[in-house]
Amino acid sequence: MEYVRAFLLGGAICALSQILIDRTRLTPARILSGYVVLGLVLTALGVYQPLVDFGGAGATVPILGFGYSMARGVEQAVAQNGLIGAFTGGLSATAGGIAAAVFFSLLATFFFRPHDPS
Amino acid sequence: MKLSNEEYLRLSQKASPPSPSSRNIPAAFAVGGLLCALGQGVRALYENAGLSGDALAAATAATMVFLGVALTALGLYPRLAKLAGAGTLVPITGFANAVAAPALEFRAEGVVLGTCVKMFTIAGPVLVLGISASVLYGLILYVFGG
Repeated sequence: MEYVRAFLLGGAICALSQILIDRTRLTPARILSGYVVLGLVLTALGVYQPLVDFGGAGATVPILGFGYSMARGVEQAVAQNGLIGAFTGGLSATAGGIAAAVFFSLLATFFFRPHDPS
Repeated sequence: MKLSNEEYLRLSQKASPPSPSSRNIPAAFAVGGLLCALGQGVRALYENAGLSGDALAAATAATMVFLGVALTALGLYPRLAKLAGAGTLVPITGFANAVAAPALEFRAEGVVLGTCVKMFTIAGPVLVLGISASVLYGLILYVFGG
């Protein structure tokens, strides 16, 4: 059942994004960075946590979940360490994904050639 | 042939093919939903292995990112993206693709000035704005006591 909920919520977020792209022609860089900030703001407002509770990975796998992780991380870090937590919380919580993207991408360039995008 | 800006805009909009929304919205839903269900499965695997909390979230994100980079390196992710649009862009595998694709594409311009610089073409704005927003939120929490 949790897989069905993840599928439905994740699918709905992506379908809404597709409508947004079709209507506005926003570039991928704008969509991705906008969604991270949006996810953070929605979490700060208490709107995103119920979605995570409902849909699990359906809410955390979309890039909105990146903003959710940052917000949660910064909340915990400030509660624990005060002012410096404002600077460490966001990156600490998302370090796994960022480090993986950088490291595996660099690694891939040693073993793979770019593919013809056409 | 002389054209005013408005006329040019109208003509270019007429000439550029409309996105077939009837097809790509369901495709985005299906592929995006499947990637999230896959993420749920990855999460369950790590949970069974004994991970919890932050470590569980990080391991799931890192694994999905690995998958996105691998599919990009194999040339499969762009093909999927053509079909599914936002269904491949919005999940975290799309972020991985946004890092890996320019890293591979600009490798010919050198490891440092090609790969290392260009891998942040899209990820750069994401990190700059995401980190800045998180610091701002942290400062607000600190000042107003959360």
